[in-house]
Amino acid sequence: MAADSTMRDVFFEECEDLIAALSDGLGAMRDGQTDDETVNAVFRAVHSVKGAAGAFALDDLVGFAHAFETVLDAVRSHRLPLEDRILHVLQRAGDVLADLIDAARDGSAVNQAQVDPVVDDLRSFLGDEPQPDENFIFDALTLSFDGPTDAALTHVITFRPSDAFYISGNDPFLVVQALQSLGQTRVSVDTSHAPTDITALDWRSGYFTWQIELDGPDNDISIREVFQFVDDLCDLTIRLKDAVSEQEPAVVENDDVQISDTFEQPSATALPDRNIKRPTSSLRVDPERVDRLINAVGELIINQSVISQRLMQANLPNNAELFADLDDYKLLAREIQEGVMAIRAQPVKPLFQRMLRIAREAADATGKLVDLITDGEATEVDKTVVERLADPLTHMIRNAIDHGIEQPERRAEVGKDPQGKLRLSARQRSGSIVIEIADDGAGLDRQRIKEIAIAKNLIPEDAQLTEAEIDHLLFAPGFSTAKAVTNLSGRGVGMDVVKTAIAALGGRVAISSVTGHGTTFSITLPLTLAVMDGMIINVGGQTMVVPISNIIETVRPKAVDISYMGLTSTLLRIRGDYVPIIDLSERMGQATTTRNMTDRVLLLIQTDTVAQCALAVDDIYDQRQVVVKSMQANYGDIAGISGATILGDGKIALIIDPDAVVQSNSNYPVTISTGKELAHVAAR
Amino acid sequence: MSLRADVQKPKRLEFVTLVAGEQNFCIEITQIREIRRWTPVTMLPHSPDHVLGVINLRGAVIPIIDLAAKLGFAQIAPTERHVIIIIAVEDRIIGLLVESVSEILGVDAENVRETPRGPEDVTTRVITGIIPLGDDMTKIISLPTLLTQPLQVAA
Repeated sequence: MAADSTMRDVFFEECEDLIAALSDGLGAMRDGQTDDETVNAVFRAVHSVKGAAGAFALDDLVGFAHAFETVLDAVRSHRLPLEDRILHVLQRAGDVLADLIDAARDGSAVNQAQVDPVVDDLRSFLGDEPQPDENFIFDALTLSFDGPTDAALTHVITFRPSDAFYISGNDPFLVVQALQSLGQTRVSVDTSHAPTDITALDWRSGYFTWQIELDGPDNDISIREVFQFVDDLCDLTIRLKDAVSEQEPAVVENDDVQISDTFEQPSATALPDRNIKRPTSSLRVDPERVDRLINAVGELIINQSVISQRLMQANLPNNAELFADLDDYKLLAREIQEGVMAIRAQPVKPLFQRMLRIAREAADATGKLVDLITDGEATEVDKTVVERLADPLTHMIRNAIDHGIEQPERRAEVGKDPQGKLRLSARQRSGSIVIEIADDGAGLDRQRIKEIAIAKNLIPEDAQLTEAEIDHLLFAPGFSTAKAVTNLSGRGVGMDVVKTAIAALGGRVAISSVTGHGTTFSITLPLTLAVMDGMIINVGGQTMVVPISNIIETVRPKAVDISYMGLTSTLLRIRGDYVPIIDLSERMGQATTTRNMTDRVLLLIQTDTVAQCALAVDDIYDQRQVVVKSMQANYGDIAGISGATILGDGKIALIIDPDAVVQSNSNYPVTISTGKELAHVAAR
Repeated sequence: MSLRADVQKPKRLEFVTLVAGEQNFCIEITQIREIRRWTPVTMLPHSPDHVLGVINLRGAVIPIIDLAAKLGFAQIAPTERHVIIIIAVEDRIIGLLVESVSEILGVDAENVRETPRGPEDVTTRVITGIIPLGDDMTKIISLPTLLTQPLQVAA
């Protein structure tokens, strides 16, 4: 039983890969890349799912995959022209197949109402074409020797191994032998490319082209399977023999293949073949093991800094060599850490592929024309981030289509392409990942947002808000601009949840919108959740850490740069601008210190809600990578603190969350202009 | 045979007894990870009085709670003579600062008495039972009840 469930796990893991390959292929087909190889790749993916599902008696899945595969087979053999309607149905079939796999894995019920129309659509393409017999391979063996007259069942395989085929230790004889097991063969070999001069002969070169006529299989699936591991190492064409017009080249007919031993390599093993077949071979590892390793490496980094610090303090004589070794130790520890982190890093591609589907469904449901363009799919992010981004992204994509992009007619009226463009992009920017969702829709209707916020008592009626503040109201709990609650979005929990989910990953969301030209949401996320570049500071005697990513610069202020505003507000003049100063020790609940900033250090920081502000700290000690430890599990949230880290001396330092620190600043303009309610909203 | 052993041997419970706020309490031994001397903590901002701060326990960040203060007694002024009991409750690991730890107490389950119910206060709410000890008695602290409130919410 246990073995069976492990097999099932492996099956479903493989299905994930297959579905990824499937949507890749379908995407390429949609983009007009309809060559045979692409179609074949899609076909193979569906066929593999079917085959494996059969082994687990997942009948729904097998049945559906079979119908899907049959249509793909027709497309592949050019019996069905690849037109828009077919592409659309194939896309939907791909979605349904993914659903069926999910349902099979979770043991949940399948939404038959979703499956049936797709099956009907698939069948409609086949017309009265006979369904290929499931047992075709075995039927072939019963054919009589004078098979060739049965023209429809003879395949002509032209097989020209490349140099790489021989170099990787493959043997054409084994391939032909495998074909023989499928049915009667007639093999001919074209030796015209071989040099006549023996000295010019290179044993590693592919001089020969075999042509094999094979009687038997109804279709070429089983033939393709023979070439499965070498199909990128040879030129291969498989076609049905046309009995009437076929003009054979001179053929050496023989039932038994004779292949010269010249090219016989040490017997080809399956292993090197596989390695070549899959350049991106992967290793499946239990994530928990990786996490344990990451923790251990985190300890190693801390231990390394403890040892360095101890040795520094020990004042050893003749320590130049020792410190060189210590530096090596440090570098090695970093290298191990980066390597381990890289294990957890995953490309955002699968996530983006899911979004393609979400966008398609949302566009269908709203009757809008939307083209989702993805960019930077290879960008790698921590596995947890990829997993936990799915929900917020889904929501944002739906929102963008439902609220952002206008109906085609409306778009045409204002002179835009009726098809809306939605760009989903990911890129790395100095230690963070930025994911952007940009639509070219109408932009935010700020007047309406404000009216709604007032109607829902989120802000007072006389509130004077800047555009950025209005945009931020979207993230307020219970806010929804949709006139009616639609199926897609508009339950008014959306953006609030999005913001919370992203904040939980240590990220931020920002909005920018130009009326008439669209809205862009950008999500900024840390590269990894476990390690961060931090500035080690002293706040009223306590050691704390500020993320480097937030710091623009550090300033030692002169008295002339400091101005006072009222009883509590202090401003810093920097390059002609005035920015508010926040006393971090006061914010951290320590006693209020003097407002004289000249003996303090100011960290000029930037967050997504506030353009700039300066944090006053007592001193800066160091700048280094710190291992982030969550306090959530054992303690809970602390205002202004995002986590903790362990320093070289074994002591704990708290990590400041500049966003929260700035937002809880009741002296900040939000309150000055609008009163307490908005400050509350903005702080959420 | 095992059945006979079950019948003849009543369920045996083991507790660690401690002193907090100059009173006797005890905690079931299965909930205790380790007992260690007081070491200085890193203070947390905006924390209630009974939260002293966090310590580094072999790479994990563990919050330390003043048990006396949590139970409504005066705060303990920690010195090296004070003791931290590291407990594991419902996936959380937390340190409790107490005045001292005395002994391991083994009692039969039937010797645990129900808590007499008088007027409720912070302490009586977390006591699940009492164990008579000659002339004296000790009170069993229910850690899940003690820790149900989120720690960072001021009492």
